[in-house]
Amino acid sequence: MGEMVVFMVCAVGAVAAGIAVFRVDSMARATFALLASFVFTGVAVLLLLDLSYLGVLIILMMVMEMLVMAVFMIMYMMNPAGLTPMAMVHNRRGALAVSVAVFTALAAGIWLVPWPEAGAAPPPDPTESLGAALMGSHMLVMVVVGMVLFATMVAAVVLATDRGRYDRYGDDLRRGAADAPVRKGVGR
Amino acid sequence: MSLELFLLLAAALLAVGLYGALSQQGVVMIMMGLELMVNAVIVAAAAFWFHLSADRPDGQVLVLVAITAMAVEMAVGFAVATAIFRARDVDMVDSAADLRD
Repeated sequence: MGEMVVFMVCAVGAVAAGIAVFRVDSMARATFALLASFVFTGVAVLLLLDLSYLGVLIILMMVMEMLVMAVFMIMYMMNPAGLTPMAMVHNRRGALAVSVAVFTALAAGIWLVPWPEAGAAPPPDPTESLGAALMGSHMLVMVVVGMVLFATMVAAVVLATDRGRYDRYGDDLRRGAADAPVRKGVGR
Repeated sequence: MSLELFLLLAAALLAVGLYGALSQQGVVMIMMGLELMVNAVIVAAAAFWFHLSADRPDGQVLVLVAITAMAVEMAVGFAVATAIFRARDVDMVDSAADLRD
């Protein structure tokens, strides 16, 4: 009974906050609505599915990520404070039809598919089994994830940076003094 | 708590995220839709692990991969948004429609 109440609160909260992301008038509010959605799902995973480590990981990562996202939202997007109504959508009706159709198909599949019987009980410490798997039988996943994260760091810096060393020192890096970031700013 | 209810939650999150990714015009808003869809994958994978194969760690590893995918999507998405904004003052996908060519 208690589990059911927690699940209903988390599920309704997660979906309602997810819908609110695309309904509110302000970018900052949309970001925090998405954060609420993630926290609700993180709590559900944490409390109901026994995944304490992964649940806490989701919540902590999402808090940091959404704070960064709020900065980006206010930097790039119009109307960050939500003082006027805003609508930045195209083909709303088509998108709504596609998403309702997808949800209907998935819900039908969920209730029609004969799921296998429940397996064994979870181990006493799921985090330990995850760690043992990542450092043992699933080492390849760990290696790939590490490489992907490293490549992401490099790619994000390369994409986001404006002036690289080749812009400043010339294609063959032989220019004596670096160009000033703003031309004619300091007389160079 | 049954598996079906968790999968229903995942399906609802996926549908909401899909609506956002299809309908929004802002680059960052589309990324929010994608995040919601990855979140649905996390919920579904965790529920499958708990209800069907809790004695094996594969489901947990899948959740970890989905979390990583979410972080990577966010970082590269922001970097691409920064690059295209710097190059062309564009922050709406409709203004960058020529990228499909």
